[in-house]
Amino acid sequence: MTAPLLLSVWLGGRSAGPDGYVRAAVDAAAWEGLAAGCAAGSHDLSALWADGDRMCMALNDADRGLRAIAALATEQGAYPSVGRHHAPAVRLERAMRDLYGTRPLGLADMRPWLDHGRWPGRGDRPAYAFLPAEGEGLHQIPVGPVHAGIIEPGHFRFTANGETVVRLEERLGYVHKGVESLMAGAPVETAARIVGRISGDSTVAYAWAFARAVEMALGWSVPPRAILLRGVMAELERMAHHIGDVGAICNDASVLAIHAQCAVQREDVLATSAACFGHRLMMDRVVPGGVAADLSAEGIGQVRGLLRRLAETRAEILRVYESMPSLQDRTVTTGIVSAELVRQYAAGGFVGRASGRAFDVRGSFAYAPYDDVALAIRTRTAGDVDARLLVRLDEIEDSVAIVERLLSRLAPGPVRGERPPVAEGEGAALVEAFRGDVFVAVRLGVDGRVAHAHARDASWFQWPLLEAAVEGNIVADFPLCNKSFNCSYSGHDL
Amino acid sequence: MRTFLRDALLKGKATVAAPAPDGVALEEVARALAERARRRLGRSLSIREVDAGSCNGCELEIHALNNPVYDVERFGLKFVASPRHADVLMVTGPVTWNMREALLRTYDATPAPKWVVAVGDCAVDCGVFAGSPAIVGRLADILPVDLHVGGCPPPPIEMVKGLLALMEAPVLPR
Repeated sequence: MTAPLLLSVWLGGRSAGPDGYVRAAVDAAAWEGLAAGCAAGSHDLSALWADGDRMCMALNDADRGLRAIAALATEQGAYPSVGRHHAPAVRLERAMRDLYGTRPLGLADMRPWLDHGRWPGRGDRPAYAFLPAEGEGLHQIPVGPVHAGIIEPGHFRFTANGETVVRLEERLGYVHKGVESLMAGAPVETAARIVGRISGDSTVAYAWAFARAVEMALGWSVPPRAILLRGVMAELERMAHHIGDVGAICNDASVLAIHAQCAVQREDVLATSAACFGHRLMMDRVVPGGVAADLSAEGIGQVRGLLRRLAETRAEILRVYESMPSLQDRTVTTGIVSAELVRQYAAGGFVGRASGRAFDVRGSFAYAPYDDVALAIRTRTAGDVDARLLVRLDEIEDSVAIVERLLSRLAPGPVRGERPPVAEGEGAALVEAFRGDVFVAVRLGVDGRVAHAHARDASWFQWPLLEAAVEGNIVADFPLCNKSFNCSYSGHDL
Repeated sequence: MRTFLRDALLKGKATVAAPAPDGVALEEVARALAERARRRLGRSLSIREVDAGSCNGCELEIHALNNPVYDVERFGLKFVASPRHADVLMVTGPVTWNMREALLRTYDATPAPKWVVAVGDCAVDCGVFAGSPAIVGRLADILPVDLHVGGCPPPPIEMVKGLLALMEAPVLPR
């Protein structure tokens, strides 16, 4: 195998762009060395994508504050596989192969991923070959793509021994909408609207990541008020989904009282967002150069009122949760993800933090306004459903404090910076969505339009861990495990 | 828990007042009914939701229909787990090629008489995803649609108005 190449050694002396990323072309040997470095745990794989005739690999080393994008020129699409060294890259490489025909040399799993053999002009494919799991007494339970609730489509193939799940294989890609191909050639404003719909539950985070990538590419300066408002919106989004998911997990354990309370609280957040920013999910409110909605003095009062109610509800929910052994019986030691797996997959968000991985872009690679809020990254170590739920409740508490601080710094001023002249350029950004880090890389052409854009959802590195979490649990606990992850289908399928 | 119980007793109802059914939706549904004679479904409808390619924004708002604020079960509107139990298919998203067959099979599994509701701009006209090679097109190109509820995503109250129109329509003259 190739010897691992340390990111810090490879970067030696190269300077980072305005977006914090060091960009450099690599040869095949360095490419494989960096991939082996991911496998050895010396840095994290952040994203892997195809852009024209090159493959790009984004890498993070949070301990040393380093970020880099390595680009390798492919030979008619062929390049040395990263997945051969580092398992988390396998699905990314399969997806790029389906979308762009790239050929990862040495990748063992060459099954299609997003391409289900249904796209016009691509021809039929043989039936998808699920990996075999054989043994006496094993049976399979196929579920989906249309699930029994109001959720996104995906297929789960459980192999069970009686009630115990011995293996879960996910098959995704059902909601693939061709996001990258739609953005290529689109004006920045159009692409921003598309990015905001990659995953509706993280619309603020995605729009923010895209806006930052474009702003860095063009040197577009954003007014301070807009930066603070982006922070307020992102935290409202985080609180809404955390509180909703806490309720949903309790609902799956049949504790309807908590579910009802959480649902009312979530509705309170969305209604306040609508009143203050004009849209319940705040879609299209973060735009390149700033924000599209200002917060009025009355709005500030409404948000403050919401924060007070949220803090109260959160405390009460925690109190009730901790007083119910029947509920904890379902969550404690259920769906455990090991610290080792979380590290290997560089799992973002509460999935990583519940298994001890102290990574949160707001602190690890802090961006404005979080560079000025002294965020403590809160972790747990159990890695079970209970830990993921508690991390979310911790984060709601933190978000309340963050929004209060941001509001107190809000000074009058413009909310959108003047657009710089059209220019080509590259930019990339990491933003912490409620689910974890989202990464967006943008390359602008000479006409100012998007030449290529790539977005990577936190789910890419969380979905495989759900497979691991479920192993050894009973089938009936799958909904709890699944809700405690709440991975995005749309964000993953793109 | 005590706080929950105290709130439940003292704070009063969480629900919002019932809105009037949407006028435009009412017309559209009445027209759909007039074209196809159907037995009356009565004042309750079972709904099967199908995500055929949405960004999950619509799902978040459809979920909200069941929360204690909108609480659509009080109108007899109920979300069910199987298309076999459904009167209404509520479809979101620009229909992707990868979901087309699953959507058609779900439609076929829904017993007649059945209604199809397109929820969200994507289902209505593909929204921002129009022109993508990975999608088949708007819902109406694939299934007969009886009601469109536009919006990105439509707020829950708009969906309630549309669904109430579905329930009101059977008592209109046909």
